[in-house]
Amino acid sequence: MTHSNPDSENMKEILVWAEQCDGQPSGVALEILQKARELAGLLEGRVSAVVIGQDCRECAAGLIAHGAGRVFVVEDPRLGLYQADAFTKILCRLIGEIRPGIVLMGGTSVGADLAPAVAARLGTGLTAHCTDLHIEAIDGRDQLVMVVPGWRGNMMVKIVCTEKRPVMATIRPGVMERGRPDPSRKGEIVAVSADIEAEDFRARTLEMVRESEESELEQAKIVVSGGFGFYEAGGVSLLEELARAIGGVTAGSRPACDAGWVLESRMIGQSGSTVSPDLFISVGASGAPHYTTGFAKSKIIVAVDRNPKAPIFDIADFGIAGDLQEILPTLVEELNRGK
Amino acid sequence: MPLKILVCIKQVPDPERFDRITLDPATGSINRAGIPPVTNPVDRHAVEEALRIQEALGGSVTVLTMGPPQARKCLEDALAMGADRAVLLCDMAFAGADTLATAAVLAAGIRSAGDFDLVLCGNESVDGATGQVPGQLAEALGWPRVTHARKIGFVDGEKAAFVERQIEGGFLHVKVRLPAVIAVVKRINRYRLPTIFGILEAGKKEIAEVGCAACECAGIRAEAMGLEGSPTRVAGIFQSHRKRHVEMIGGDPKEAARILIGRLREMDAL
Repeated sequence: MTHSNPDSENMKEILVWAEQCDGQPSGVALEILQKARELAGLLEGRVSAVVIGQDCRECAAGLIAHGAGRVFVVEDPRLGLYQADAFTKILCRLIGEIRPGIVLMGGTSVGADLAPAVAARLGTGLTAHCTDLHIEAIDGRDQLVMVVPGWRGNMMVKIVCTEKRPVMATIRPGVMERGRPDPSRKGEIVAVSADIEAEDFRARTLEMVRESEESELEQAKIVVSGGFGFYEAGGVSLLEELARAIGGVTAGSRPACDAGWVLESRMIGQSGSTVSPDLFISVGASGAPHYTTGFAKSKIIVAVDRNPKAPIFDIADFGIAGDLQEILPTLVEELNRGK
Repeated sequence: MPLKILVCIKQVPDPERFDRITLDPATGSINRAGIPPVTNPVDRHAVEEALRIQEALGGSVTVLTMGPPQARKCLEDALAMGADRAVLLCDMAFAGADTLATAAVLAAGIRSAGDFDLVLCGNESVDGATGQVPGQLAEALGWPRVTHARKIGFVDGEKAAFVERQIEGGFLHVKVRLPAVIAVVKRINRYRLPTIFGILEAGKKEIAEVGCAACECAGIRAEAMGLEGSPTRVAGIFQSHRKRHVEMIGGDPKEAARILIGRLREMDAL
């Protein structure tokens, strides 16, 4: 099934797995499409997308508007929820037929489950959590270079997969920038049968249970995030007050989440969410790389911390060093005064 | 129904000391001298979950790692927590493996160690942090998988596990037929610390060493191991540059707050 001779293959076909929910493409799928378009431009290639689900063909228009030249739609009443075995089989079969040089997938919790199994079954290379993708000539051949943060963001590592095809990569939500949709773009919609049987449900998802609104953090224009130092100062309610006054949502660093002060779904950083809001305010976090990598691409970063030498100030646009219990109430007061 | 459980664990450099890792600009190599090795944090939760299942249903718990000779230490720690026996996959031929080659060797090691109903893993390691090995291990074994597991349960008379699998903003309820690979997240349990008795007992337990030859007997070709069996490779490492030019706002808190909010309003950020 693997096509392992790169010289007989082109890198030109780029396939994006577009995760969807209720017929809406996920944000990360649209972000990846923009990057795929850029790469396809460099390679003079084209971008295809694949959606798998129950009633998901309505996704196709949005995916085409965001740059997919072809959309493969796999619909089946048994695929309303994520089914690990069946999705793996379908995606492997499609990759075998389409024979793309590059496969890009969102690094959501579902994508992070699906991509490794697909890569293993195809016997090809996969690189997780890429923060940048570009094309470099290596030994005279165009190769996809995948940049990932290593050692919790202390280093950046360039990974290549020079022999096996397709090259596969996952990208976390919020890492790439979404392009502007262009409804005038034309694309082909190809319906593909799922071709699955009872054996393809060794692991069967029975139901999905919602516990909180998932996308609030990723879509927020303003994020107010607390570190351990802040909570030690007893400021959970202060953080919420500040978020309310400024119209943002609350989040936290890993230590704050580990201590139970912030929900794990609101964790910022390498093992949590990556966000790039218009304004990110960090309070009481010293700025460990595995935390700052989760918001480094925010438009404006404000840091407030007790320690004026904390590394958080190296990556901020504005900084205030001082007693958090004094500074935060004055910020809230100032914000409310202007309203 | 008693289950034969195997837990894959990994020894990693202490993540609390990652900031001490430096890059030699001349050679492009990583220097991590002086950083003590520890058991990958979430892997302890996987061992704990295996022990809890054993306490509830009976059966056995085997722990397995692939690594250099000193990785024996993380096996000893798991034995001290209560695991029955341990397997160390150790051979120069395994070195330099990416996740695909790692999964291939782990699968061969598991097959050579016996028949198991359930393989548990931590969902990801703190050093590689790809989270790719559990799913790729399941593929190498030809078994189904459930990753991101935050709760595992069993029903009498059914050879299946019922798993709460975490997703963004909720969970999926998954029924998986055994044998299967299940990768757990930290919130699944609080792990126990070894007791003095456990540490003393651990000394009497077996740690079997498995090398390249035994893995080949278990059906993996030498070319599929280590660096040679790895489709991906590192092409370069560089220090991350994320610095911005910070404008520190001083003065008393009231004044600083007023200036900051003013600047943000000027920039249309509010």
